Amino acid sequence: MPVSVDSAKVRAIAELARLAIPSEAEAVLATELSAVLDLFAALAAAPVDGLAPLAHPGDPTLRLRADLVTETDQHEAFAAVAPAESAGYYLVPKVIE
Amino acid sequence: MPGSLPVMNVGAVEMAIRFGLAVGARVAERSVFERKNYFYPDLPKGYQISQYELPVVVGGGLKVRLDDGSEKFVQLTRAHLEEDAGKSVHDAFHAETGIDLNRAGTPLLEIVSEPVLSSAAEAVAYLKTLHTLVRWLGVSDGNMQEGSFRCDANVSVRRPGEALGTRAEIKNVNSFRFVEKAIDYEVERQIRLIEAGGTVVQETRLFDAHKGETRSMRGKESAHDYRYFPDPDLPPLVIAADDIERARLAMPELPEARRQRYIDSLGLTTYDASLLTSDRVTCDYFEALSSAIPGQPKLCANWVLGEWLGALNAAGQTPEQSPIGAERLGGLLVRIGDGSLSSKMGKQVFEAMWLGDETADAVIERLGLKQVSDSSALAGVIDDIVAANPKQVEQYRGGNDKLLQFFVGQAMKATKGQANPAQLNELLREKLKA
Amino acid sequence: MSPDLDTVGGQLDALASGASSARELTERALDRAAHAQNRLNALISSVGADHALAAADAADYNRAAGRAGPLSGIPFAHKDLFCTAGVPTTCGSRMLENFVPPYSATVHERIDAAGGVLIGKANMDEFAMGSSNEHSYFGPVHNPWDLTRVPGGSSGGSAALVAARVVPFATATDTGGSIRQPAALCGVSGIKPTYGRVSRWGMVAYASSLDQAGVIALTVADCARVLDVMSGFDPRDATCADRPKIDVAAALARPLQGLRVGRPRQWFGAGIEDGVGAAVEAAIAEYARQGATIVDVDLPSSEYAIPAYYVIAPAEASSNLSRFDGVRFGHRCADPKDLADLYKRSRAEGFGHEVQKRILTGTYALSTGYYDAYYLRAQRVRRLIANDYARVFADVDVLAGPTSPTVAFKLGEKLADPLALYLADINTVGVNLAGLPAMSIPCGFSQGLPVGLQLVAATWREDLLIGAGHGYQQVTEWHRAAPPGVSP
Repeated sequence: MPVSVDSAKVRAIAELARLAIPSEAEAVLATELSAVLDLFAALAAAPVDGLAPLAHPGDPTLRLRADLVTETDQHEAFAAVAPAESAGYYLVPKVIE
Repeated sequence: MPGSLPVMNVGAVEMAIRFGLAVGARVAERSVFERKNYFYPDLPKGYQISQYELPVVVGGGLKVRLDDGSEKFVQLTRAHLEEDAGKSVHDAFHAETGIDLNRAGTPLLEIVSEPVLSSAAEAVAYLKTLHTLVRWLGVSDGNMQEGSFRCDANVSVRRPGEALGTRAEIKNVNSFRFVEKAIDYEVERQIRLIEAGGTVVQETRLFDAHKGETRSMRGKESAHDYRYFPDPDLPPLVIAADDIERARLAMPELPEARRQRYIDSLGLTTYDASLLTSDRVTCDYFEALSSAIPGQPKLCANWVLGEWLGALNAAGQTPEQSPIGAERLGGLLVRIGDGSLSSKMGKQVFEAMWLGDETADAVIERLGLKQVSDSSALAGVIDDIVAANPKQVEQYRGGNDKLLQFFVGQAMKATKGQANPAQLNELLREKLKA
Repeated sequence: MSPDLDTVGGQLDALASGASSARELTERALDRAAHAQNRLNALISSVGADHALAAADAADYNRAAGRAGPLSGIPFAHKDLFCTAGVPTTCGSRMLENFVPPYSATVHERIDAAGGVLIGKANMDEFAMGSSNEHSYFGPVHNPWDLTRVPGGSSGGSAALVAARVVPFATATDTGGSIRQPAALCGVSGIKPTYGRVSRWGMVAYASSLDQAGVIALTVADCARVLDVMSGFDPRDATCADRPKIDVAAALARPLQGLRVGRPRQWFGAGIEDGVGAAVEAAIAEYARQGATIVDVDLPSSEYAIPAYYVIAPAEASSNLSRFDGVRFGHRCADPKDLADLYKRSRAEGFGHEVQKRILTGTYALSTGYYDAYYLRAQRVRRLIANDYARVFADVDVLAGPTSPTVAFKLGEKLADPLALYLADINTVGVNLAGLPAMSIPCGFSQGLPVGLQLVAATWREDLLIGAGHGYQQVTEWHRAAPPGVSP
């Protein structure tokens, strides 16, 4: 399944990934991504019928923590590394809902 | 923070199991946490951990009583565990939105119903039933102002016989009244739109409580592709059959079962039974009270729904805050039940008990409020009255039944109102018959 | 004979005998780091000499008081993706250029509690994405054996620091070979434990189901010693297993006699340089000489490992790196005109080209219409590969082969052909897909550059790796070879 990516597709994925891609870089990325997709094409031939996907090595099950308050209030430490913060709020440009 | 990882809280899982059992759903032996990827400032990781393909609770349903007294079974699609997002504050900062992340990452159970609700009123009735149930189960405190119980309403309209139309989702409406208004508005809007030749677009809308209308949330408009995939940080949640069985055994009697029992075995009215079972604390109070004085369920129901709730309302208190425990109120109802107090006197004693910590008997003693129900004492009083009013006795015996009230009045006067009226009636009838 | 101050074991002996103090060892490390920096560019985040020396003094004090921990007074470096409270943690990225985390990774807490003295944080490919260390915002690391060559990646800084004898050990992480390949290219030892052996709490994620922390050191014994400190159950990481620790002493004492060594045919494919193949075959022959049984085995699904890895790792990365959005920490663009602008420019400015490319690849692989063909299929292939390994480990104790098909290549040589660089991971990524423990140890030279021998064991069988690796180092000298310019 040779799939290739064009500049429009790069723009669409970049929008999903929230990356500003300069228009002159789109073609380069399109070529690079197409090359990666060519690599992926080999997967189609793998004999995986009847095999369950493996998302977690070793197929562990979820361990649950006790229902106890364990977190301490660290909001000042977190606020200290924030680009823009005021009175416990992270600030972003006005969002119109 | 970079490098931070999620861990699942057992309490949230237990609540999901409890809810699943309560609605007769299947509790999944294996469910999977996935990542729902999208960017929004209240979502600190750029994805929300949620369950998508394999939720923890599948199916089930709720019997909902509608305003006209009829019942509707609302089928549930699923309930899944996910993490809450933060909150955006739009009006506190100039040209900026503030993000409060204190709530982010808190587990929540999202309960999804099938598209079977056909009006705003039905939706609200369903939500109220659900609200009672989750509070009953201890799954949520149900506080809608604080966001502990929130609703996203998907609304679509159709012409009779046609398939469901395109839906619009109204987000996070925080009171039953607003849910009703928001849905009614949205239904109107969609009908007007379609009748004007337009089409409904699938979108997220926000209810503006001030204007009483819904509007499109442009902030969340850009093309969505959530790219769900299993969260590599969280292996699948596996719930053992034993855990489900343990939860089943620990299940409290559910409100619907209790309501039916109150009607069938206690002989309460449907109305009283429904009211009592609409809140777990009130209902447990009633349970404690009626076991303290067996055989008097109606009296207990009257007092719980009447004086007790009335006093709480007047004081602005919740049932949890009641200054009179069920046992203490039971002491009062015993005295009413055995005829020591009239209901009027009972109310007087109740008021005194509300303000302090005295037992009913202590108040009765202090206020000298004992109702005279000793039949020999009453017999003496009656003899005197009969002797002193021969003319009225003759008229009564001649067929003027109404005069019974005259004799009752005389006896009450003589006992300063402390005679047990029911007993007095009976004794007078007996005496005057001769 | 003067004590061997290049290894953890040697330094501990010197500390125990009083021949050295922690302060002396730390001064030595800081001094060497300063001298090496211009040549290697291996350190990127500074702890501050005062800070390191204070920790050393505390270690000396504790040792004097009889409270020495297992690594008391040993200077070390972290790969710069372990969060260290109060110490910058950049991940080799402009995105985190000025990020000082408010908390520490479990790995750091444990080494710190054991008395390790952090002297600095090692350069790396940005967000651990790369096999050459050329994808660091802070410039490439140079291979101590030949400064015109790459050290390998993504833990290139860690490997270069250990190879240059700056520190006796450095932490590292391995998502597709990022411990083993730089260890091989720099002529040092590196262990990547079983997935779940070491907590990932506080370790900035690249691909969460593949990432695993480990150690780079000069000897297998040192790797085992440090791994013992780092590993163990951590309730803060739901994928960290609650299992008994490795019995390091017993593992080190395992004889090579009777060891069953598998030689996977697929690891000796067309891309293997002759010199690399020869050194590895010689190492396998050494195992045979020591009484091990050599068995040719097949890992028939190996050819799918690279494509599966380059679907899964970017897919997870595309999601893991969404938290770097300019809102709560990290780089924020100047004067964003709206929220979308804030996101897009902060991320485009903060992430380098390779990171952006992998984010885009992963986003694509997960998006509607492609999920089944790419992501889901890759996860099925992953099980196929894990099954391959499980099958061979029924018959052998360890697998042996070349870690990297080539020796260290020239800086810039493969930048023009990124796919060639991906293919260099051919022998390492399958191990991560299956979650297995693996190791690379020096086994010779080709063109004057070190060659690494990769050893792989079944899950939780690090003891077999440690035994096999240590046994080999008992009878060979390759791990003692130091690059030119290192003062003895």
